[in-house]
Amino acid sequence: MSGVPMEHGLVLAAILFALGLAGLMFRRNMIFVLMSLEVMLNAAGLAFIVGGTAWQQPEGQAMFLLVITLAAAEASVGLALLIQLNHRFKTLDLDAASRMRG
Amino acid sequence: MGLPMTLLLPLTFLLPLAGTLILSISRGTLSERASAFVGVASIGLSALVTGLIFLQFLAGDGAPQTVTLWTWIAVGDFQPTIGLALDGLSLTMLGVITGVGFLIHLFAAWYMRGEEGITRFYAFMNLFVFSMILLVLGDNLLMLFLGWEGVGMCSYLLIGYYYQHSTNGWAAFKAFIVTRIGDVFLAIGMFLIFLELGTLNIAEILQRAPEVWARGDTMVELAALLILGGAMGKSAQLPLHTWLADAMAGPTPVSALIHAATMVTAGVYLIARMNGIFTLAPDVLYLVGVIGALTLLMAGFAALAQTDIKRVLAYSTMSQIGYMFLALGVGAFDAAIFHLMTHAFFKALLFLSAGAVIVSCHHEQDMSRLGGLWRRLPLAYAGFVIGGAALAALPLITAGFYSKDEILWQALASGNGGLLLAGLIGAFLTSLYTLRLIIGTFHGETKSDNARHAEAGRGLVHGLPLVVLAVLSTFLGAWLQPPLADVLPASPGEGVHAWHTALEIIASATALAGIALGAWLFLRRREWLARLAGQGWGARLWTLWNHAWGFDAFFDRLLVRPYRGLVRLLSGDPLDGLIGLSTRLAWLFNAGLTRTQTGKMRIYATSMVFGATLVLLVLVLGA
Repeated sequence: MSGVPMEHGLVLAAILFALGLAGLMFRRNMIFVLMSLEVMLNAAGLAFIVGGTAWQQPEGQAMFLLVITLAAAEASVGLALLIQLNHRFKTLDLDAASRMRG
Repeated sequence: MGLPMTLLLPLTFLLPLAGTLILSISRGTLSERASAFVGVASIGLSALVTGLIFLQFLAGDGAPQTVTLWTWIAVGDFQPTIGLALDGLSLTMLGVITGVGFLIHLFAAWYMRGEEGITRFYAFMNLFVFSMILLVLGDNLLMLFLGWEGVGMCSYLLIGYYYQHSTNGWAAFKAFIVTRIGDVFLAIGMFLIFLELGTLNIAEILQRAPEVWARGDTMVELAALLILGGAMGKSAQLPLHTWLADAMAGPTPVSALIHAATMVTAGVYLIARMNGIFTLAPDVLYLVGVIGALTLLMAGFAALAQTDIKRVLAYSTMSQIGYMFLALGVGAFDAAIFHLMTHAFFKALLFLSAGAVIVSCHHEQDMSRLGGLWRRLPLAYAGFVIGGAALAALPLITAGFYSKDEILWQALASGNGGLLLAGLIGAFLTSLYTLRLIIGTFHGETKSDNARHAEAGRGLVHGLPLVVLAVLSTFLGAWLQPPLADVLPASPGEGVHAWHTALEIIASATALAGIALGAWLFLRRREWLARLAGQGWGARLWTLWNHAWGFDAFFDRLLVRPYRGLVRLLSGDPLDGLIGLSTRLAWLFNAGLTRTQTGKMRIYATSMVFGATLVLLVLVLGA
């Protein structure tokens, strides 16, 4: 493990984050949006792990546990919203739920 | 004769007030006869009371008497009272107002018969007499101002009496607004006097003025100038004279009472009343004389070129008040008041005779449509001849001669050659336009059917006022010497007699020359005159004089049009637009920001990313 430099890990995290962000911005299907969010959360978790390993600190792993918990909560709320969206609009297209426009 | 003044003095104005109240409360329920009876009787009783006061005053020692009814307002030192003061001056005015006023009210019962709204007419007329009496009896300037504004309001109401025609409404507006300019001056003058002397009581003002102010002090000149402004507005003197000719839109008795005999002379009364202030301000006093001289010449020429008989009389009124101002200007206050009195007699006579002509000729008042009436309307003709003779100051037999001669004599005695010359030219013009008026109305051929079917008025109500005023317009009227000796300062001509007879002869010759020239021009050279006035310079001069030297057009360009332009400019409310700019900007931002609220979650997320990136960039690069 020690052979992998911190920069590589962080770059991987950044790439994952950017991919997730792109998915969030450009995907219309809510399932994919939720998956993109998971990817972004995990990218953030990866950055914590990499940092914790590089500086030999346990807080990085502790933060990752928190991120996983957060991701689980987020996924449950997101899936509940997804079911409601499907129930109300008979579609998974997020743009259909735009009635709160100014 | 045991009645106390505390009862008699208030009665003089309470009776007309009662008449007004009865008439205005009973509107519509009183018949025409009953309305006229209430309206005339209230003034008649008031005149009787004035007669009693006159007898008591003459029987007494002639000392001024004051009656304080109650304190009007009490704010610190400012404690004007509802107080009345009676002296020779106010008694003279009171006599003119109630005496001539009663005759005119009586005549109006004939003139207005069959007219719509006679109750309204008499209610306003009584209210006018009430205000006018307050004006002359008030012992402080605030009371005087109350009456001053009251008569202005009644003048407005009565000029616009025939309100169905909008031109009458505009004439009333004009009179109200133009005199209001003068009223503002008077009000400011009152403030100044209170500020400087600490009182508005007239007797106290006259007593304190010489103690506080030196002769020619700037403050006293300013105060006198402001009072003069008020007097100019009310008395239709240059340049605030333009309203009087248009004021002839009212019924003729109104013109006789308000716009000839009483209200327009209020300015003369005011200056005579404040004589102590004016003698301290010799420059302003001289200005009074100059204004009078200019007005009498201006109005004299204008009267030459009018065709409406009432307008001729209106300009002659301006001209005669100009004489009064001239007399005031040379310090001959009693001559001015004497002329005020005789003028009230003969001008009321002329106006009432004009009223008789107008009603007899089915409301025809244009000289170019009258003529040849002397056989059909003998009483009106006699009224015109006697009144006209007094107006033209025919020597020895008329009242106007004695008063006008006195004015010219005082002008000479005070050494004001220019004013004397203006007065003499004015006298010449007066006899010229008077003769033109009489010949145009009563001689020559009858020019319209209305005049051909003229019906002479009959009855006591029609005849009595004309006869009484005609008698008063002769030398008999000049015997009524107003008891002014104790009230007004001595005139410059007092005790001097050199040249007096010579001046009398010159003045008489001037008046007679005017009449001779008039008779020659208007009887023998009629066609030549008409040709002269029809073309070239004659036509231009005629138009100029017919429009009274174009003052209306001048003021229209100077004031009315710029004002209307400003109004048009401001009608869009540019200031409001400036203030409204902030709301419009807020709306604009609102519209822009509303557009970003698409309701699409992806766009919100994207903008959040951009925002976060921007903040990060700033933090990283700025650090």
